[in-house]
Amino acid sequence: MNTEIIGVVIMFLATIALAIPLGKYIGKVYSGDKTWADAIFNPIDKIFFKASGINPLKEMNWKQHLVALLTLNALWFLLSMFVLMNMAWLPLNPDANPSMSADLAFNTSVSFISNTNLQHYSGESGVSYLGQMVLMLWQFISAATGMAICAVVFIAMKDKSTESLGNFYNLFIKSCTRILLPISIIIAIVLLFNGTPMTFKGKDQFISLQGDTVNVSRGPAAALVSIKQLGTNGGGFFGANSAHPLENPNYFTNVIENVLIILIPIAMVFALGYIIKRKRFAWLIFGVMTVGFLLLLLPSIQQEMKGNPAIHRMGINQHLGSMEGKEVRFGSAASAYWGITTTCTSNGSVNAMHDSFTPLTGMFAMLGMMINSFFGGVGVGFLNFYIFIIIAVFISGLMVGRTPEFLGKKIEAKEMKIAAIIALLHPLLILSGTALSSWLYAHNPTTYAAWLNNPGNHGFSEMLYEMTSSSANNGSGFEGLGDNTPFWNIVCGTIMLLGRFLPIIGPVAIAGILAKKKYIPESAGTLKTDTGTFGIMVFAVIFIIAALSFFPALALGPIAEYFGIR
Amino acid sequence: MKQNIFPAIRLTLVCIVVFMVIYPAIIWAVAKAAPSKGEGEAVTVNGKVVGYKLEGQSFTQDKYFNGRPSAAGYNAAGSSGSNKGPSNPDYLKDVQSRIDSFLVHNPTVKKEDIPSDLVTSSGSGLDPDISLKGATVQVDRIAKERNLPKEKIVALIQSNIEKSSMNGIEKINVLKINIELDKLKQ
Repeated sequence: MNTEIIGVVIMFLATIALAIPLGKYIGKVYSGDKTWADAIFNPIDKIFFKASGINPLKEMNWKQHLVALLTLNALWFLLSMFVLMNMAWLPLNPDANPSMSADLAFNTSVSFISNTNLQHYSGESGVSYLGQMVLMLWQFISAATGMAICAVVFIAMKDKSTESLGNFYNLFIKSCTRILLPISIIIAIVLLFNGTPMTFKGKDQFISLQGDTVNVSRGPAAALVSIKQLGTNGGGFFGANSAHPLENPNYFTNVIENVLIILIPIAMVFALGYIIKRKRFAWLIFGVMTVGFLLLLLPSIQQEMKGNPAIHRMGINQHLGSMEGKEVRFGSAASAYWGITTTCTSNGSVNAMHDSFTPLTGMFAMLGMMINSFFGGVGVGFLNFYIFIIIAVFISGLMVGRTPEFLGKKIEAKEMKIAAIIALLHPLLILSGTALSSWLYAHNPTTYAAWLNNPGNHGFSEMLYEMTSSSANNGSGFEGLGDNTPFWNIVCGTIMLLGRFLPIIGPVAIAGILAKKKYIPESAGTLKTDTGTFGIMVFAVIFIIAALSFFPALALGPIAEYFGIR
Repeated sequence: MKQNIFPAIRLTLVCIVVFMVIYPAIIWAVAKAAPSKGEGEAVTVNGKVVGYKLEGQSFTQDKYFNGRPSAAGYNAAGSSGSNKGPSNPDYLKDVQSRIDSFLVHNPTVKKEDIPSDLVTSSGSGLDPDISLKGATVQVDRIAKERNLPKEKIVALIQSNIEKSSMNGIEKINVLKINIELDKLKQ
């Protein structure tokens, strides 16, 4: 049993060991410094620039960055809608899967373009191979979008007064070619040799030892699985995601896929340290994020390994922990570890069914998404954390009676208003969405009976989880929820849209406004932002906002369920 | 806006070529060198395909090692877990009835020896494995059904233990052991 915990420790330490050098590399890429890989990538990037008619040296201000980002995303959305609604007659559809309805296509398009990967369909029967390949394209470029816009904020945090913050296309293309593509190729090949398929042939059929006729779904999975893990996308090729034996064949692949979940989110913090030349500040952010992450992780592992108390009372042996919804080859500790990493980072892939987690683990998974900045999604995770930093600077400044300054820039009313709106948007979307669905369900229990797979507090948790997952752009689910209905498709789609783009626009606007301001050199009166005290302050801000916003809802769901079965 | 639309369209086209065509083509080409050409590894007995190496299949007969319950009915074209919450009364009733039925089929086994993986459904509905304990509690029944000495079956289990050095879980691949079990008979 203790070896299971050692497996988890190895996974986490390996991730940090890889993330530090990767972070430095990412920092170099975004700063335009020389790296050993330039010889390979310079020519590739040149092809991109030339074919797209882009001048990578043209500097943009923060508004131009946002326009470039939104134009690209709008275009992708239209293209995605077209493919998903016409898959049935388009090529690469050997299993003759149908096209999506308009509401499902809306949900799925928004979901993949916003890096959420909430899936209201099942991979085996809901999309063609062409559809999978298009979704895979979004997995690359939505991740690159988040990373590029995060790089813009990094550049804006430098010690100078400027309006020019690099070129969006340049940062975007380099995120794709120099970071996401090479790692994806390597991992996809590793998965191939462990048994993950990569074929364009349709279903196979065989007769089992007991004489049942079995159809086996296959497909071009290996290419998709590596980028969905790396880009905090999470949308699986098969319905069961990384619990499926073809997507995640053994414990070794599980380690690799789990490392990928938080690799770039951690690396981005160290990239920040490199770009603004403040390593101590980067370590401080890493420290706060890690402490928060561990506070969610440790009790979850303990709960899952202890097992379900209701099953314990039946008198059987739970030496492997709570096994409902889990796979024997991973075990309960590694499943809990995956569950918390995937929700803290907005990845959303799963290797165990979250709906069947014991109540408190389900709650910590939700809290990971509610906070959404303990590492967070690629790029956007830091943007969320940035908002909390701004608020912490402002409050600390008021507490000690100093002008709130952050990295030599004065924080004033306008920036604070934006920060407050963005910080409150996330709870607003989650709670009003859950309130609406609960109200509908409570008033029409027969009409909406198919929504919930579980009664009582757990049923409420299913709805709360879905809304949280949408707003956090996570994409995992309490999958018992019958969510392929116009209500869930449209409401979740809208929440994902708002939950993606407003928290990008807000921090970029703040960073852009701050960058333009006069740089005030550090003096004795400056509030130091790289000390342990400030770290505690940021953590307190995060904790208080999360607790005040979400405790009542969590008390109705997982906490009540926990006391019901303990 | 206007000066962004044309670069956006052209950039998207380049991305389609690189990430939707070239990238999967590279992986697909490498797959030709992978086991079973990346088409999924099939398991054959006497030249006939009887299953896929990585995917579990339904074993419910008493003469075979039974696998875990599956919410998907071991449908390899529609994977899914049960998504039952830990407090769901219907779910707990299901688990209780699986325990009762296991005890009926395995009268020599004590309730406290039944490992939970045998009475809870897996995440994918296609779990190919059971725990070592899950295999040993089925020995008596299989020995009786097949008229074989228990030692032979225990030895078969011993030779089939797969242990990952990283997480220490000892497990048995159900399809593999059942194929070997059928050979014991001959």
